[in-house]
Amino acid sequence: MNPLDRYETLVDDVDAFRAACDRPLPSVVRTNGIKASPDRVREAFDEAGVAYDPVDWHDGLFRLPDGNPGGNWPHLHGWTHGQEEVSVLPTLALDPQPGERVWDACAAPGSKTTQIADAMDDTGTVVANDNNLGRLSALRHNAERLGVTNAIVTNQDARNFSTKPLAFDEFDRALVDAPCSCEGTCRKNPDVLDEWTLDHVHGVAGIQKGILTRAIQATRPGGTVVYSTCTFAPEENEAVLDHALATEACAVVPFDLPVETASGVTEWEGEEYDPSVSRAHRVYPHHNDTGGFFCAKLRVGGPESVIDHAGGTEVAR
Amino acid sequence: MSDPGGDGDRDGDTPEPANDGQRFDRLPATPADREVAGRASREEVLDWWEDRFGIGRDVLDGYSFWEKGAGKVWVFNGEADDPSRVEAIGMTFLRTRQEHWKPTTRAVQRFGEHATRNVVELDAERASRFAAGEDQDLPDWDGDWGYLIVAHRIADASAPIGVGLYLYDELRSVVPKGSRADLSVVDR
Repeated sequence: MNPLDRYETLVDDVDAFRAACDRPLPSVVRTNGIKASPDRVREAFDEAGVAYDPVDWHDGLFRLPDGNPGGNWPHLHGWTHGQEEVSVLPTLALDPQPGERVWDACAAPGSKTTQIADAMDDTGTVVANDNNLGRLSALRHNAERLGVTNAIVTNQDARNFSTKPLAFDEFDRALVDAPCSCEGTCRKNPDVLDEWTLDHVHGVAGIQKGILTRAIQATRPGGTVVYSTCTFAPEENEAVLDHALATEACAVVPFDLPVETASGVTEWEGEEYDPSVSRAHRVYPHHNDTGGFFCAKLRVGGPESVIDHAGGTEVAR
Repeated sequence: MSDPGGDGDRDGDTPEPANDGQRFDRLPATPADREVAGRASREEVLDWWEDRFGIGRDVLDGYSFWEKGAGKVWVFNGEADDPSRVEAIGMTFLRTRQEHWKPTTRAVQRFGEHATRNVVELDAERASRFAAGEDQDLPDWDGDWGYLIVAHRIADASAPIGVGLYLYDELRSVVPKGSRADLSVVDR
């Protein structure tokens, strides 16, 4: 079966959803603020005759209609990084600040780690962890190319992550960009639809719950955890949040993203989830002509804990 | 730069600490603090960037420096206590334990814009050849021999591309193979 069939009951416009999933994705690059400004990247593209289109919701993103994001001077200088548009969203939700301690639990190949480092002005400490040593080498290559100096790279199972090698034992923020069944990437890798199985969904959901649990435990009270995937499966999204709400002191909080999204679902195939999971965002390919994505923001310590924000809806920039 | 005499005699039977190539160790503050033979000190690293490229202490003072492997020095801007067994801490920065210390391409790209000497700025055609890994004649260079920062003009300013090795009127590209690119020559 095509796994996209099972999500037709969730989307507002089935035909537009299926049509978008069939279209290839444009190449997109993100400006690396550690080394260059969007203006300088634009000027270098102009000089070299590289065609580019702006992305209206983020001035550091450029769509490259001719592809080849790595074949130009800005890339060689580490001013740009090829990164799918939706993949920029979890770091916006995380909103890391200069000087903080941040954990990227499933970091390879480093697109989000390097974006986090950029948002922190390359200060503080971002701990980039992945359990796959081969993929870590890609992360290290990307971090060096982009000039990131505030990252520590670790190779652990995130579910049992130990802070022993670190100078501190809790984080201000953590990102769990979890391994998943990846239907949301079908526009760049259609094979994910052929390889999809329900057994894998259930297996990986257990891993996701373990990683999110550890991230909540490793983050200080009042701190922020962002959970994201590139799957539409509620078993891997809202059900994972529901599990965390039932077992750890945390709350799913409302936040804004600068793209069109749908709310998290509160029931799926006979299961009901905590109503607050509707505060999560679902990004469908036909809404913004992107890949598919899921993103939720949690506050550690639950609704009654003191938080370090002014309160109300937290706005991602 | 080398300190072939090591740190002098040590007392009794205590074995002299040796460099363990599998772990990260913080560089000693000064040569007098050195316990592991041959390890560069923080002072020497800061002096080297200032002497060689005019990159002042104000640029690098906030960073810590670590050795892993034989002479490979890493630069880090975060908090670390005993990161000995992590996979990476910051980025590779400088190759020491050899007669002529060699900056990494990535360090030069990251910090080279602060350099005031031993920077060679190539024209568009030469810059493309350099980025592709080609060696080229450069008889007009009248600066130092050895490792130089190679830069070009892009978007109205100079930007460092990588490290060149200048010897006998020739500029060798030491851009790592995985970072080379066949880029078009930009006329302006």
